[in-house]
This record gives sequence, C-alpha cells and structure tokens, in this order.
Amino acid sequence: MKTKTHPLLGVHSLLMMVFIYMPIAFIIAYSFNSSRLAADWSGFTLDWYVLLFQNRRVIEALSNSLIVAVVSTVVSTILGTMAALSMRKLKRKLRAGMGGLLYLPIIIPDIIMGLSLLVLFTQFNIPMGKLTIILAHITFNLSYVYVVVSTRLAGMGKQLEEAANDLGAGAWQTFRYVTLPQIMPGIVAGALIAFTLSLDDFMISFFVSGPSSTTLPIYIYGQVKRGISPEINALCTILIVVSVTLVLLAQYILNRGKGQKKQSILPF
Amino acid sequence: MRKSSLSVLPVVLWLGVFLVVPMLIVVGMSFMGRDQAGGVVFDINLTSYARFFDSLYLGIYWDTIVLSVLTTVICLVLSYPLAYYIANSGPKRQTWGLILVTIPFWINFLIRTYAWVLLLRTQGVVNNLLIDIGLIQEPLQMLYTRGAVLLGMVYTFIPFMVLPIYVALEQMDKKLLEAASDLGASSWRAFWHITLPQTKSGIMTGSVLVYVSTTGMFVVTDILGGAKSAMISNVIQAQFSGARDWPFGSALSIIFVITSLIMIALFNRAMTSRHLRVKEGR
Repeated sequence: MKTKTHPLLGVHSLLMMVFIYMPIAFIIAYSFNSSRLAADWSGFTLDWYVLLFQNRRVIEALSNSLIVAVVSTVVSTILGTMAALSMRKLKRKLRAGMGGLLYLPIIIPDIIMGLSLLVLFTQFNIPMGKLTIILAHITFNLSYVYVVVSTRLAGMGKQLEEAANDLGAGAWQTFRYVTLPQIMPGIVAGALIAFTLSLDDFMISFFVSGPSSTTLPIYIYGQVKRGISPEINALCTILIVVSVTLVLLAQYILNRGKGQKKQSILPF
Repeated sequence: MRKSSLSVLPVVLWLGVFLVVPMLIVVGMSFMGRDQAGGVVFDINLTSYARFFDSLYLGIYWDTIVLSVLTTVICLVLSYPLAYYIANSGPKRQTWGLILVTIPFWINFLIRTYAWVLLLRTQGVVNNLLIDIGLIQEPLQMLYTRGAVLLGMVYTFIPFMVLPIYVALEQMDKKLLEAASDLGASSWRAFWHITLPQTKSGIMTGSVLVYVSTTGMFVVTDILGGAKSAMISNVIQAQFSGARDWPFGSALSIIFVITSLIMIALFNRAMTSRHLRVKEGR
C-alpha cells in the first residue's frame, strides 16, 4: 500500500543509499585503476586481477575457502533440512526448546562462538586447520539453512501431504514426491546462503584456523592490516560480486513460484 | 517421541557438541588459573574476574558500552526514516529498496571496513577532495581515530537495523492509521501513537543486533582505530591469540554476555514503559 511520505524522507533515503554504496563503489573502481599508489584515477587496467591469479598465496587461500565452503554447505544443508522436517513432528514444548537451540548460533556473537570452539578443539587436541574451520562453519550454517527451510515448510501447509497419505502413499513416497519437491527451493536457497556465509566468514575462522589453512577473508585481513593495495581491491571486488550474485540467486529461487508468499532469506 | 522425530537427534547432538559444550568449557575456564607459560591450570578461583575490576579494563569496557550505545542510537535514527520510506513506497520501489538494503548485509564486513581506509587515509579520497576544493591545505588525520571507529561501526551495522524495522512496518496493521486519520489525528500524531508503538518489536530486534554486534566486533577497531581505541573485544581477542591468558579471556567473554543481557533487559523495559505511557496518555 502506498501512503504519502514527506519528500525529505525520499532525500534522506537517497543519501543513505549513497552512504551505503559509495565506499563499495570506490573499492571496485580502484581495482581497475592503473596507478598503484595515487588516489586519483590514472587509467583503466586489469593488471591487478592478473597479478592476483599469479599469487600463490591467494590461490591457496581460494582453494581452502572453496573446500571449506563446499563441505560445510553439504553437511549443514542436510542437517538443517533434517532439523526443519523433524521439528514439525515434535511436541509443542520440545519444539519451543529446540527452536531456541537452533537459533543460538545466529544470536551468539561471532567472537564468543569462535573462541569457545578454539577452546573446545584445543581441549580435545584437534589441530587447527581446514577440519576445524569446516566443523565451525557447519555449526552456524545449519541454523541458517534451518530457518529458510522451516519458513518454507510453514508456508506450504499439510494438505498435500495428507492427501497423498489418504491416497495410499507411504511415508517415503509422500516425502519423496510431495514434500521434497515443495521445499526444494528452500533447500537450494539455504545451501546458497550457507555457501556465501562460509565463503565470507572471518570472525569464527580467525579463531579456529591454523597457519596452513588461511581462507580468503583471513588473507584479506592480514593484507588490510598492512595498508591498502590494488590487488586487495581486486580480490575484494571478486568476493563482492560472488557473494551478491549467490544471494540474489537464492532470493530469486525462493520467490520464483507464482502465488508463493514472499519469503525473506534473512533470519529476522 | 514418535520414531520419525528421531531425525532431530543428529542436529541436537551437533549443537550440543559444537555449541553448548564449548560454551560450558568457557564458563569453567573463566574460574581456572594460569601458569607462567600461559597454560591453563585446574585451580578454581576468581582471579580473572577480579582482574576485570582493574581500572584499565573497566575503562575499556565503559568506552565499549558508550561506543555500542552511540552506534545503536545513530543506526536507529538513520535507519528508521529509510525503512519507513521503503515500507511506504509503491510495490516496485519497495522491492528494489529492500534488495538494496539487503545487499550490504551479504558483503563481507571486512571489505566494507577496508573501503573506509581507502576513503579516510591521509592520501585518501576524502582528503584529496577537500584539498582540491580548497577547504583544507593539509590532509586531516581521520583514520585511526575514535570517530573513524564509530563511523565504521555505524556503516557495518546499518543493515541490521533497517531490515527488522522494515519488517515491523510492513507487518503493522495499517487500518489503524486510516482510523486515526478519520478521527482527525494529524499524521505526526498518528505516527507517534500508532506507527512507533507498533514497530517496537523491529526497533528492539534491530537495536539488540546492533548493540551486541558492535560490542563483539574487534575488526573495525583493529582496522580503523589506532592502538588507543581498543575495545573489550580487542582485549578478548588478544587473550586468545597473543597474550594467551585464556581464563581471563573467558571471564571477559562471560562479562560481555551478561552485561549484554542486562542492557537488553534495560532496553526492553524502557520500551515497554514508553508504550504504557502512550496508552495511558489517551
């Protein structure tokens, strides 16, 4: 519904958009700037991208990030979807408690989650590396998958499943041919979000990574602390483009169906 | 429990092992001692908590609370009108507005913080611009100041505030506004007595998210602030990397969580009493 809004509100909103996007636009622009040091524009170049892909440490960080993201996405998508499906069958009290537990990883500050996992892994003598990062990422990702899939489940109602049941379909058949196709967009969107969150995570990985398991955000952090560089601008630009594309894709998949109630991919 | 609901077990086990147990260990560790080499010694005491009451750490924590409250208030003031504008736009502009405020949520905050280094440094975009238009002769020191940290925090957490408020505005009962206007209430009065109280949950969610995230965010202070602007999260992080005093780091984490809960409770109470006053006023 459109209500009248004061023109100043429009101006404020426009300025806010400038505030939000201008810094990002500068990173992207500078990644194509041929001058290494100057803040002024001195011509278009793709050199920094070429240099980036010749940098062995960047390639290593990229491969670590991708391994972590793929494995943690697969496991968390399965776990999160299972949680969403089985929650429906729980008694109300148990369901409330479980819901609280499943929201915890989203609510707990990253720093606390990161350091408590560091303490856990150290207590059990698990060396920090890709494995510990994967375990940590599964833990927060499964909550996000759970939220997206369970919202989808709540929106679909039980009529179709009951109809399938009445028509003599077994539990597995009902799940395979009725429930699963309906929640598939939720599962795919959840997986895309998990992949993006894993690729982007810095705070938690920072605590549970070892010297040989540098991920892209950890690499960026190390470089950024030393100052600015055009290669980092290029790397940031790539990461921005990948994250935004994945999330917009997730949003599109989730809301593609006609008559589908608009669903947000955010946990609040 | 029916057999089919057993499929909830793997997740419960997972969260138990990787979420609940680690936090319990941290609670336990906050009461432990520490030997010369930085190892944790099993010896129950309150030394780590006592250390927090050192004036140095109390001062840092006070600074952190001030920064987090300021960030929350600025985010709220900037976000509410934006969320309001988006929620009251036509369907097309609404969709686009929502996408545009959601996108930064998914861009790594590390990258978004780094962007401000490009803008604020001595030979950065802002200084060059100000010199070019002749406003200043010498570049200003903007980076590595408290102002830069505040700006970075506001910038990082604005989406956390806009989205919950938008959701609340979107879900509110708009018929009440029509009723108010039919009964002759000015639009300002209607906003104050209907829209604002009805979007309380969004303000609440957004404020809690921004407050807690600011307190826990050590990267923005690390990159945009100097050594002098260390916040409690930087101290915690240092205990787990350089300083290696895990019991102290654990105690600080517990203090962080408890004070956050207290702040949330205080805020919640402030919001409820305001709501009550509004009701009684009519």
